[in-house]
Amino acid sequence: MSGPSHDPAVPAAELRASALWLPAGHPWRRLPGIGLAMAAAGLGGSLAFGLADPAARTQLWHSWLVGALFVLSVALGGLFFVLLQHATQAGWSVVVRRLAEHAMATLPFLALLFVPLLFGLGDLFHWSHADAVAGDPLLTHKRPYLNVPFFVLRTAAYFAVWSALAIWFGRQSRLQDRSGEHETTRRLRRASAPGLLLFALTVTFAAFDWLMSLDPHWYSTIFGVYFFSGSTVGILAFLSLVAIAARRAGLLSEVISAEHLHDLGKLLFAFVAFWAYIGFSQFFLVWYGNLPEETGFFAVRLSGSWRAASILLAVGHFVVPFFFLLPRTIKRHEGALAAASGWLLLMHLLDLHWLVMPNLHAAGISLGLLDGAALIGSVGAFLAAFGWSLRRSALVPIGDPRLPESLLFENP
Amino acid sequence: MALLRPRLPPSERFGALAEFATPAALYRACEGVRDAGYTRWDAHAPFPVHGLDRAMGLRASRLPWISLVLALGGAATGMGLQGWVSAIAYPLVISGKPYFSWPAFVPVTFELAVLGGALGAVFGMLALNQLPTLYHPLFGSARFERASDDGFFISIESWDPRFDAERTVELLRRLGATEVELVAS
Repeated sequence: MSGPSHDPAVPAAELRASALWLPAGHPWRRLPGIGLAMAAAGLGGSLAFGLADPAARTQLWHSWLVGALFVLSVALGGLFFVLLQHATQAGWSVVVRRLAEHAMATLPFLALLFVPLLFGLGDLFHWSHADAVAGDPLLTHKRPYLNVPFFVLRTAAYFAVWSALAIWFGRQSRLQDRSGEHETTRRLRRASAPGLLLFALTVTFAAFDWLMSLDPHWYSTIFGVYFFSGSTVGILAFLSLVAIAARRAGLLSEVISAEHLHDLGKLLFAFVAFWAYIGFSQFFLVWYGNLPEETGFFAVRLSGSWRAASILLAVGHFVVPFFFLLPRTIKRHEGALAAASGWLLLMHLLDLHWLVMPNLHAAGISLGLLDGAALIGSVGAFLAAFGWSLRRSALVPIGDPRLPESLLFENP
Repeated sequence: MALLRPRLPPSERFGALAEFATPAALYRACEGVRDAGYTRWDAHAPFPVHGLDRAMGLRASRLPWISLVLALGGAATGMGLQGWVSAIAYPLVISGKPYFSWPAFVPVTFELAVLGGALGAVFGMLALNQLPTLYHPLFGSARFERASDDGFFISIESWDPRFDAERTVELLRRLGATEVELVAS
């Protein structure tokens, strides 16, 4: 019961009539073109520089991996967000769910970013060299899992699962735009639980494969959850930024309100704390046990200039955003939430850089042109696919029966 | 015991009690009482009416600050106690680690921060609401029993600077009250 009386049918009818699509000639319609230009320049430049000089090849693949994982993690976060909203039958999030659907719609295209990496496996993964495995009892023991054919097969399977989920959930939602069928909502809810299970398994093993096996002697059973927590921070920051940017660009300003930003901010705050909880748990057990086969990972990252990066990560990815996002007014303020989101995306990138690069530059941080070029290229590829999806459907799931509830949503 | 008794107007009359038929009528009446400039008054409903805090013109609660201070206090206590014990009072080398091994103290620090925040939220809420209260003059009104069933009420206390028995009752009637009565202390 809210104070002013209202008829839930009215806003949906008004929305259907008004243009909830990207208007013709809107600057956001150029996103696919801009993204493709960035991808061509960034990725093309990376390949040209990296492959021309044999000494730069290893750097090329490591930089490429950081960029590709950065956009992949945001897209996977989008898939998780959509599955979670269906599983919990969330009403508040309907107005922002389509934006997350656009983010997950990039997954099939992001598979293309990982194809070139398959040619760099030898430069990335120590375990991919037969001679290295032969002289190493641990790697010999792990060979049934860590071998190139099975690795490629697993990667293909991850992308097949992610793409299938993203395509099916996106398609059902778009079909509902026209049909308005309530049964679609029920079907999506039923599918979301097994979807979450598949998501959890594939993301865990993908993190083991593409990040943890960069240092094949080291292992951490919580590693998949760590990658997942960072990815979720990534998508929530991305969703907040896109929602605010859309309002500033004259889109959805009547649809997405401070109430929805407040809820995105609350989730962002929660996952900042969750990331720290998981990150500290991983560090704590290694530090406490003090066993040589586990401490190597942190020994590298707590010496030289990597130590500064580790401290920046703890402070910048947790302490500062935790206290900054604590007050209610910050989460409801466009500018403040956008600043926190932009900063957290930067910290998420640092997190991935911090996971990958010490394997290549054990002595200390080493940033180069290839890092920038690969990042621009990956972000461009993501934006191209995101922009393409954005043009293809309404900006809001206009057929969702919970849309009126979402439009009228107010925080208690 | 002073703790269990609410702070009451120092006169024989507690104030005026008005009943409203629906939550919407209560909501609009609250806006009216707020706009008339009253400050010592309250609304009573059997269930939460969304937005009523705005209609009443209530300022943001101080409860988050109480919770934050106690959470930070809990964290400081956790880290401080463990640090003092391990590094100053009984310095022992445990598994070759430094005396002040802060990572080992984080779980207890975290738990005490959560405990402090939770206790602050619960007991701060009780304190701000002047609870527990064993007796309240409003219980003298037979009608008021329905505040926990199907009745919607506004009570204006007599120590409000704008309170005037006749004019306040008239205002409440004008705002749509179905019944208005004066309640003794």
